[in-house]
Amino acid sequence: MSPNNYLVLSALLFSIGAIGVVLRRNAIVVFMCVELMLNAANLAFVTFARLLGNLDGQVVAFFTMVVAACEVVVGLAIIVTIFRSRRSASVDDANLLKY
Amino acid sequence: MEATHALASGTSSLLVWLIALPALGATILLLAGRRSDKWGHLLATALSGASFVVGLVELFKMLSRDGETRGVSQHLFTWINAGSFNVEAGLLLDQLSICFVLLITGVGTLIHVYSIAYMEHDHDRRRFFSYLNLFIAAMLLLVLGDSFLNLYVGWEGVGLASYLLIGFWNQKPAYATAAKKAFVVNRIGDMGLSFAIMIAFTAFGTVSFQGVANHAGPEHKQIMTWMGLALLLAAAGKSAQFPLQSWLGDAMAGPTPVSALIHAATMVTAGVYLITRSNFVFDSAPTAQLMVVIVGVVTLLFGALIGTAKDDIKKALAASTMSQIGYMVLAAGLGPAGYAFAIMHLLTHGFFKASMFLGAGSVMHGMNDEVDMRKFGRLRLAMPITYITFGLGYLAIIGVPPFSGFFSKDKIIEAAFNAGGPRGWIIGFAALLGAAITAFYMTRVMVLTFFGQKRWADEAHPHESPKLMTAPIIILSIGSIAAGALFAFGSSLQHWLEPVVARGFVEGEPALQPIVVSIMALVAVALGVALAYIKYVRVPVEAVAPTNVSIWTRFARRDLLQDAFNEAVFMRPGQYLTRALSFFDRKVVDGAVNGTGALFGGLSVRVRRVQTGYVRTYALLILVGAALILAAMLAARI
Repeated sequence: MSPNNYLVLSALLFSIGAIGVVLRRNAIVVFMCVELMLNAANLAFVTFARLLGNLDGQVVAFFTMVVAACEVVVGLAIIVTIFRSRRSASVDDANLLKY
Repeated sequence: MEATHALASGTSSLLVWLIALPALGATILLLAGRRSDKWGHLLATALSGASFVVGLVELFKMLSRDGETRGVSQHLFTWINAGSFNVEAGLLLDQLSICFVLLITGVGTLIHVYSIAYMEHDHDRRRFFSYLNLFIAAMLLLVLGDSFLNLYVGWEGVGLASYLLIGFWNQKPAYATAAKKAFVVNRIGDMGLSFAIMIAFTAFGTVSFQGVANHAGPEHKQIMTWMGLALLLAAAGKSAQFPLQSWLGDAMAGPTPVSALIHAATMVTAGVYLITRSNFVFDSAPTAQLMVVIVGVVTLLFGALIGTAKDDIKKALAASTMSQIGYMVLAAGLGPAGYAFAIMHLLTHGFFKASMFLGAGSVMHGMNDEVDMRKFGRLRLAMPITYITFGLGYLAIIGVPPFSGFFSKDKIIEAAFNAGGPRGWIIGFAALLGAAITAFYMTRVMVLTFFGQKRWADEAHPHESPKLMTAPIIILSIGSIAAGALFAFGSSLQHWLEPVVARGFVEGEPALQPIVVSIMALVAVALGVALAYIKYVRVPVEAVAPTNVSIWTRFARRDLLQDAFNEAVFMRPGQYLTRALSFFDRKVVDGAVNGTGALFGGLSVRVRRVQTGYVRTYALLILVGAALILAAMLAARI
């Protein structure tokens, strides 16, 4: 089997995610883009696991999902708290921690 | 050599009280503060007197023993015990120290009594007395210490007391400066003493007199020479000898009793004591001895020349003190032939100079603290007792028989001539010249103060001082009449000191018969008096010092340019050096430290701008960074 298609898809997904993180202001969307990047990485892991015939990559994919779940829990809590106090979900509005 | 240097053979437990009594007085007076204002001076005087009584008891005990066994010691405690370095705190009282003990406590007690009246109107009289007691205690420790290190403690103690008392009226900036000057010049001398102690310890592993004396002899000539020169530096500092003489004139800023006790009778003679006590060092080091003689001769002429031009009565007497100590140092430099005469002159000088200083204080007391002799004149009628006692002191210092200075100074001149060879003739005639100049300037002081016309200020009402002041002067002037004859009769002092300073010394054939020397000295004195008579009795003295005087007078008025020399050679270059060093410190050392700080400070001001607070910027930076690292890894692979 040729991994090219999978890897190209993974790269596309990662790029879309990265561009979304850099360009979008809405924290929820930024979050989803982060998920997209994680899943792009998952796809690459699973591809190589299949290609090489061992399970390490698939195990790492599971770990990634767990990390992603934790991140969502913490991240959404932060976003909701910020929204409650500042009435805004824009990441550019939360810029007080600076020089 | 070893056996003959047994300095002390018995013990005495009384010695510590000599020092403890005045030290106790100083402590009580300083701690009790103003509460002791009413009785402080009485306590201090009583304790000083008690110390004198202990001294007398020790003298009689000493007289009851004979010759070699007269010295006693008292071990106090082990001061330093570090490996091979072992210093015992101990006291040593022998024939030499007992002379000093009695001089210090005797003259000291008289001056305490005098000060009760002299300082009556000073609201800090109690503090003055506590310093006087401190001085007595420190000076006694100096002469009783049985090692160079114990002596050093007393040496520093008297330096401290001298500083405190010169600057006693430190509300006047000039007086505070005089105190500082004395302190700084004395420190230079003290360095000499610490060098000597270090040399003794490095070379012999001991700092006690006995320990160093055991190593005396020609085999250690070089070490002894260095040690002798270091001791000479110490003596020059404390005794105001050339080239460290400049502080003594300014030290007259202190109250007059201080000038009499510390800067005439006792502390300034500590240098002579040091040289005499270290006789075993100098006897093994002819070069150091020669230097001592040179310093003595230079100083005795130097001080005498300064004395001829001073109009301030205390400064004239201070110059004379310097010159007389020059005589003592000269005698001490002559070795076993001279030590006894140095001490003899020291004791007689202690009497007559203290009595003259107290007389000067009495004159100032009656003249509203005026010190300019050109404003005195004809005081013999107003102050008869002061006049007579001062006159006796005058006759003693110029060396008129049978007053005490005649015996002691004549012996020194005689010993100088006997030094042998051309050296003997040179120092002999220098000492004769000094005697003539002494006669000249002392006659000048006498005439200007007590004879001639009244030149008083209008508001001056000269009167005789109270009995508390005149009594000590009278007792001291009795000493200046009788002491010389007493010490010289049958060479009694010479034999008394022989076991300490001149063991096994045999007098050689004299270069000149004693009677010839006496006649020469008397002729020199007569010439000096005659010259002063021509200059100051025949010609009326002006109340204001004349300004159209010869360059030599101007030199002498400026202390032979001693301050100008010190300023040009030591003070200015020192100042420039410190300025250059502080400039280097500020610009280079501080510059490097502060520059580094400023560089990183400035850099961080610019770099922290990267922290914008926008999460998306950080994300972009991470992305770009990750991409760059990836690109670099790929590039390295290809």
